[in-house]
Amino acid sequence: MDYHTPGSFEDAAAIAAKAEGVTRFLAGGTDVLVQLRADMVTPDVLIDIKQIAGVKDIAREEGGWRIGAAVSGAEMTEHNELDQEWPGVVEAMDLIGSTQIQGRATLVGNLCNGSPAADSVPALVAAGASVSVVGKSGTRKMPVEDIPAGPGKTNLEKGDVVSAVHLPARGDNAGDAYLRFIPRTEMDIAVVGCAVNLRLDGGKVIEARVSLGAVAPTVLLVEDAAQAIVGTSLDEAALEALAAAASSACNPIDDKRGTIAFRTHVAGVLAKRAAKIAYERAGGAK
Amino acid sequence: MSMIHVTTTVNGDEVEFLCDPRETLLDVLRDRLSLTGAKEGCGTGDCGACSVTVDDRLVCSCLMLGAEAEGKSIGTIEGMADGEALHPLQEKFIEYAALQCGVCTPGVLVATEALLKKNPDPTETEVRYWLAGNLCRCTGYDKIIRAVLDTAADLRKAS
Repeated sequence: MDYHTPGSFEDAAAIAAKAEGVTRFLAGGTDVLVQLRADMVTPDVLIDIKQIAGVKDIAREEGGWRIGAAVSGAEMTEHNELDQEWPGVVEAMDLIGSTQIQGRATLVGNLCNGSPAADSVPALVAAGASVSVVGKSGTRKMPVEDIPAGPGKTNLEKGDVVSAVHLPARGDNAGDAYLRFIPRTEMDIAVVGCAVNLRLDGGKVIEARVSLGAVAPTVLLVEDAAQAIVGTSLDEAALEALAAAASSACNPIDDKRGTIAFRTHVAGVLAKRAAKIAYERAGGAK
Repeated sequence: MSMIHVTTTVNGDEVEFLCDPRETLLDVLRDRLSLTGAKEGCGTGDCGACSVTVDDRLVCSCLMLGAEAEGKSIGTIEGMADGEALHPLQEKFIEYAALQCGVCTPGVLVATEALLKKNPDPTETEVRYWLAGNLCRCTGYDKIIRAVLDTAADLRKAS
């Protein structure tokens, strides 16, 4: 295994583009090293991006945030301003693993690992986040929901590397929330995850994004669920319509952690609960 | 296979070593630096027996490569006592018999020391969540949690 520590994302992308065999980027390593250890993925080329300037920075950008590719969950949780503006994104990241995992795990790693059950990804999708992708033809921005292609697979090409996550300007009267179902209180993988991000005007929802995790091969952005609450004050009928839309978007697997029927039902329940939390965070009284 | 030369700091001392790029920090600590306090329980970041601090951040040393330690400051259980004088947490773990086989203990102590540096007055719930990534298969955790809370109270009185 060749271990590289490039000084720029352009260099990292160039190394990946001409690498032969299995290539992995290393930031927090909480998936890469587990897969290495389990002989699931043995990289021939490992590209550690942590020597690149800015990868550990959480910085203001166009009123929103730029979160470097190597920023850990713990660093996000400790960032008060980020936590105030995007509590749903921060709480989703914070749910991943133990304190020790939080010391290393990253948003970009969670996204690029390609797990349909990744906790931070629905929250990023609901937030309208995008990522910067550095590749052979320069840097481009992609919406987060365009990255996952299926379990363990992404739409990134050979030689592409994600350098940062971008969160939009929060703006007024807005809030987000993420909830997941797990059969215990901590240290587990989502059976269903749901994120809701919305904006209010005088108690009425005027913008919404609803995203589901672990109920389909990739994260889902559920337009019908968002439409079910836009224009409402999140009354009982709107919540029921939201739940129905969330459940009907589900296309889950049956496995030991949850049946199809259970996951489909819980998606609706979590959508209602997450919407209520987001509504309160946006300043709406419930 | 080319070896990587790494210069790092372990428990305040500058250390140099050569390692294979696939070696974890845990492998390096145990097999190259003879610091066998950190244990390998699972090797996949689930059990926390290999807990160390890297630039004061609690991590699993099995989920980090030795090569990544370049220029970092590593803290292990071997750096916890001051010579023959045990750390108050270590004293309290003995007093409470907060261990049986002891395999998880170095990781629990390193994790707990990191908690008390960050939060000198944790609630029981906060201690339990903080230590959720440190698995103990003997004691059932209760003595561990009580030892941690009592140490925290002592340290607050002393400061």
